Amino acid sequence: MNLIASSATDHRGLTMTLFGLFVLATLGITVWAGRQTKDAADFYAGGRAFSGFQNGLAISGDYMSAASFLGIAGAIALFGYDGFLYSIGFLVAWLVALLLVAEPLRNSGRYTMADVLAFRMRQRPVRTAAGISTIVVSIFYLLAQMVGAGSLVALLLGVSGDAAKRWTIVAVGALMVLYVAIGGMKGTTWVQIVKAVLLIAGTALMTVLVLAKYHFNLSALLGAAADASGKANAFLEPGLKYGVTGTSKLDFLSLGLALVLGTAGLPHILVRFYTVPTAKAARKSVLWAIGIIGGFYLMTLALGFGAAALVGPKAIKAANAAGNTAAPQLAEQLGGGAGTTGGAVLLAVISAVAFATILAVVAGLTLASSASFAHDLYANVIRRGRVSEREEVRVAKWAAAGIGAVAIVLSLFADKLNAAALVALAFAVAASANLPTLLYSLFWKRFNTTGAVSSVYAGLICSVALVIFSPVVSGAKNSLFPHSDFHWFPLENPGLVSIPVGFLAGWAGTVLSRRRADPAKYAELEVRSLTGLGAH
Amino acid sequence: MESPPITTTPSETQLIEESAEFRNLRRSFRNFAFPVTIGFVLWYLLYVLLSGYAPALMGTRVVGHINVALALGLMQFVTTFAIAAWYARYADRRIDPRASAIREARGAVVHAPREAAE
Repeated sequence: MNLIASSATDHRGLTMTLFGLFVLATLGITVWAGRQTKDAADFYAGGRAFSGFQNGLAISGDYMSAASFLGIAGAIALFGYDGFLYSIGFLVAWLVALLLVAEPLRNSGRYTMADVLAFRMRQRPVRTAAGISTIVVSIFYLLAQMVGAGSLVALLLGVSGDAAKRWTIVAVGALMVLYVAIGGMKGTTWVQIVKAVLLIAGTALMTVLVLAKYHFNLSALLGAAADASGKANAFLEPGLKYGVTGTSKLDFLSLGLALVLGTAGLPHILVRFYTVPTAKAARKSVLWAIGIIGGFYLMTLALGFGAAALVGPKAIKAANAAGNTAAPQLAEQLGGGAGTTGGAVLLAVISAVAFATILAVVAGLTLASSASFAHDLYANVIRRGRVSEREEVRVAKWAAAGIGAVAIVLSLFADKLNAAALVALAFAVAASANLPTLLYSLFWKRFNTTGAVSSVYAGLICSVALVIFSPVVSGAKNSLFPHSDFHWFPLENPGLVSIPVGFLAGWAGTVLSRRRADPAKYAELEVRSLTGLGAH
Repeated sequence: MESPPITTTPSETQLIEESAEFRNLRRSFRNFAFPVTIGFVLWYLLYVLLSGYAPALMGTRVVGHINVALALGLMQFVTTFAIAAWYARYADRRIDPRASAIREARGAVVHAPREAAE
């Protein structure tokens, strides 16, 4: 805490000013976007008028959450090489989205993921299942971001105590509801774009400053990081975090699987493909996203090893045991160190960027889940499609407020949960419940309603249940309930079991049911998904 | 503004689905996407397994402080960028012309006014 607290007064005002400017600018954009939002396609899909490049930036903004920026930099700073493993999984995952999901989804869906899953199935059961899993995945992801926001504020602004954390969570929640309810997808997309540009600029600046200290010699930076870490060469090799026991190795495999298969099942990412006019533009947006996100993760390598070398693991751990403040601490060091003007300015800039990141990501999540509530659960399940678009959008806005309230309340109680574990869990649920159903729907002619419902629920229930009985929730020092122990599943990440279960359940449900898939509907889906004929 | 969806009756789409042009399109898409996906997932899993179970190999120095683990990790970045670029090229040449030929042959140019927005 010392390093941060000592200069808290220097940078706090500046951080608040910069962050205030970001909030004002984005609220301005939101109000402007709200005036342009006339119908449901504007609200849910930004009028489908964004370009591939704009959407690529917005996707990157949605994806580079605080967990990526602060979490990965911190993990590399503390665990060296093992922290880097996260970013590889997060990046390779985009190829699944590029090759199998983005274009067919753009062509065959309208506003939500469930549009594609329910396309050739019985609407109500499939939409209910898909809507529930969309909301569950988004809430886990939301919790992670908001919990992160709470602890970040306490650390960066040097305020301590639960009251400050709670007010931060409430303020973040209220802002995200405003963005979504007023600006819809148009406003949210522009907020993501602004945030992505700020984040990349901030990261690039720090990367150049770090590399300049080592004369742009990567090997020298790595050597300095290994020396400062006190673990010598082991710091640059796999195993510090995940190589300890047989179980932790399996856990790493499980995490790796969830990361690479989860991205293409994250609802808030999938809905971004609807904001462009054609499948080709959807492809271009993923190509841009791969370039931007890949470049960003390469830079986090410099940030993480730079923090290890220049700040040192002792100071990082003293400020935050999980390493979440490594990047801001590095910024202060690069600017000239604690107590200098340069240090205070750079720390303030990077802290403001981190807040902007959290705010933009939570807005994207709230939009995806409230859209699914209004479009899938309310309009198609409860009202069986007999509802006007105006009313549907009104419900979506109220749903945003409702989901915001739920997320605020849950975050207030969940603030001891580990943010990174929550994100990994969201990926595992998405990979187990959403991805199998999506791939079967698009590519397997025989797949039917029973199969779709089975794979969503089996993947969802299996992944959530395994987490409840894992060391994340009980039986370990840093679990949610450290004093009780009802865990029997040894791994922290359920992916290794729950992803195969999701795929198997979809196959078994289809094969075992007597229901026949409708060949005419599959023809319609296939022709639409590959050619764009009849696409919205 | 949403352009009105083009309505194609099921029988019409089934005819398209069974046509030689469409089968060609489907083949050129699947022959690329499926094997390449299996390939990069296996390559990624190999990397994950090596990190977990072959620490000695991964710790071998290549140049200076750069070891096999880091080099393989960076290779994952390189292959990801390369596969993305390869697919972009392939789709431009083999998929897009076939898809637009089918769209045009069926008398409907989907979202024509907005192609410029790409």
